Amino acid sequence: MKLTFTAADEQFREEVADWLNDNLRDEFADIRYRGGPGDEHHFVDERKAWERRLAAGRWTCIGWPDTWGGRAASIEQQVIFHEEYARAGGPGRMGHIGDTLTGPTLLAFGSEEQKAKYLPPIRDGVAFWSQGYSEPGAGSDLAAIRTKAVQDETSGQWKITGQKVWTSLAHESDFVFVLARVDRESSRHHGLGFFLVALDQPGVTIRPITQLTGTAEFNEVYFDDAVCDADDIVGAPGDGWKVAMGLLGFERGVSTLGQQMLFQTELDEIIRIARANGASRDPDIRQRIAEAHIGLKTMRYNSMRMLSGGEDGSLSREAMIYKLYWSSWHRNLGKLAMDVLGPEAELIESGPYELNKLQSLFLFTRADTIYGGTNQIQRNLIAERALGMPKEPRGQGK
Amino acid sequence: MKFAFTDEQQMLRDTSQAFLADKSTSAAVRAACVSPEHHDAELWQSICEEMYWQGILIPEHVDGLGLGWVEMAIVLEAAGERLLTSPLFAVVQSTAALVGCPASEMRDLLLSSMATGNVMSLAMGYQAGGWDSVGVTANETSTTTVLSGEARFVPFGFAAAKLLVVARDASNTLTLWVVDPQQDGVFVEPTPTMDQTRPMATVRFERAAVSSDQLLATQADELVSDTLALSRILTVADQVGVAQASLDISVDFTKERKQFDRTIASFQAIKHKAADMMLKAESARSLLYYAACTADAWLAGEVDRDALHEAAYMASACASDAAFFNAGCGIQMHGGVGITEEYDIQLYFKRARATESYLGRPSEMREAIACQLLDGDVA
Repeated sequence: MKLTFTAADEQFREEVADWLNDNLRDEFADIRYRGGPGDEHHFVDERKAWERRLAAGRWTCIGWPDTWGGRAASIEQQVIFHEEYARAGGPGRMGHIGDTLTGPTLLAFGSEEQKAKYLPPIRDGVAFWSQGYSEPGAGSDLAAIRTKAVQDETSGQWKITGQKVWTSLAHESDFVFVLARVDRESSRHHGLGFFLVALDQPGVTIRPITQLTGTAEFNEVYFDDAVCDADDIVGAPGDGWKVAMGLLGFERGVSTLGQQMLFQTELDEIIRIARANGASRDPDIRQRIAEAHIGLKTMRYNSMRMLSGGEDGSLSREAMIYKLYWSSWHRNLGKLAMDVLGPEAELIESGPYELNKLQSLFLFTRADTIYGGTNQIQRNLIAERALGMPKEPRGQGK
Repeated sequence: MKFAFTDEQQMLRDTSQAFLADKSTSAAVRAACVSPEHHDAELWQSICEEMYWQGILIPEHVDGLGLGWVEMAIVLEAAGERLLTSPLFAVVQSTAALVGCPASEMRDLLLSSMATGNVMSLAMGYQAGGWDSVGVTANETSTTTVLSGEARFVPFGFAAAKLLVVARDASNTLTLWVVDPQQDGVFVEPTPTMDQTRPMATVRFERAAVSSDQLLATQADELVSDTLALSRILTVADQVGVAQASLDISVDFTKERKQFDRTIASFQAIKHKAADMMLKAESARSLLYYAACTADAWLAGEVDRDALHEAAYMASACASDAAFFNAGCGIQMHGGVGITEEYDIQLYFKRARATESYLGRPSEMREAIACQLLDGDVA
């Protein structure tokens, strides 16, 4: 057991920090610490420009192999990159989905043509992706997908019809990957296809969803005979579920330590306020601040165990608890922020409804325990996969 | 960075668990709790001769294994899982204190004596003021030094061949002495406890005369406080074992127990409780091994005392909560039989309760963290 990084890794850390220090300034000074969860709709053009700057420094897609312009960075190096990126106040990554989801999926399941067509623009920070999984009727029950894809027998082109929802930043993206039913008679996870679809076309309509924060980073995406070329299905028709689930397996948690640095920034701010306004003398607040501090450290060492786990991509016990842990912790932090601020928490500082950071934190963290698998779904998964308890019975309807 | 067991550590874990699954069975634990010695002397002998757990933290030059805190945590976690009722904790805690003492012939003699299996207990204190309040004084008379007062909650104190005694001297600093429980003025009384797997004693001193060759350390305030932190880490290991076993036996039970024509493990209300228990156990385990690594780093001079103490506070708060939560939920998952004497979950529940307040309540641990975050000058 060893908690320290090697000298070579520390040198890599220095390289990352130096580059960020030299580049995250001047025209990019304003976007430091911006564009994270709850703030993703801000500074979109500037953050796209930042992706191109990152690409010029070879700092996009660092986990990809050299052949596709990556650095083939080790897990440790990826962790270090995320830590230094967060430490420097690097903005929310517009290229996040292409870098960590689309790319690895195509590398594992895509054809050579698909790789050649789609990987370089992601790597160069010029093509932005969003994901199309959830539907109004397929949330926790993802396999209940109803969006259809029908292939034209002569041209081979696919036509997609249906609705996706909770698609982050679809209105600022160029492509979406869509899980759609190719076999009309199929049900559940059978008969699905995984499609790469351009968003800028007549068959696609994007409508933002205004959230309780008054902002809109999620969207509904409507497909009405949206066109997708015959070559733009990943894997065979019917393999969509396998491809989609493989994609979830690529998340080895390298970004978790970076995420925790943002959490630390939030906690530090709450501590600063508590010390200034006297809330730090309230015994209950003291306990909760200590609890938050301990929880964040717990997350760090849970992550380190997770990252030190097997390379086979199988989910370890500590990986299975990760989402449930951080989402609950973060939601509690939002409430703690409000309790530390007291009545001051109510006051809107500017605009008709321009929330400050902690107000956004409080409201938006209610989403944390819902998206990406609700806490209830997480508990089902832990009980079934880690503890071997029986599966939930399914309803009888189709 | 590799926050995972080495092959050797994994092997130690496997052999420890296998040994205790065989020797520290439910029947064996229950028999030990009511035996006159309050433990199975034969089991202690095989621990000392076959497993050599008492020697893990003892340096090699005094006949120990010279291993580290991760190895110690692995063994004590396994001990918690099986409710091991033995003087192991007392011996390991005494070792931790002695290793921190200045080098002396007496210190090495005591360490090598423990390596052969002799039991020693640390009489640290606990007065009303808390775990760092020392109730024994060392006063110099014209001819000798005498110890007076009492030390409570001394683990396996009644079984100790030697007692390591913390006493406050006339200049209000702490000192550490080795005392023979048979010597004049020393009275050791077993104190029956609700959790019978971790028996305690109160040691009283009535003008017990001690000589300078019994003095192990002077100016020992830091030594005692560091030993307290290390003892918390040892206790955390036990709690992680209790948290894990409470989860395991309860889940196994719910997979067998049927109501409404299905196993109760198939009910979401039960599954979600189990999932929360696993989250608690794994989180406490992460902080345990972080704290164990920190103890090793502190001994190697790589981190300071503050890091050691902070790690101990955090791990203790987390593991105390985890053990009690899991054992409590475990009783609920067992239903009616959970509150019977026959099922083991009640033994885990009691052990979780005992360790929760031993060396400080979780709220005290959190308050210590709060002081560090909220009081004093801003850095």
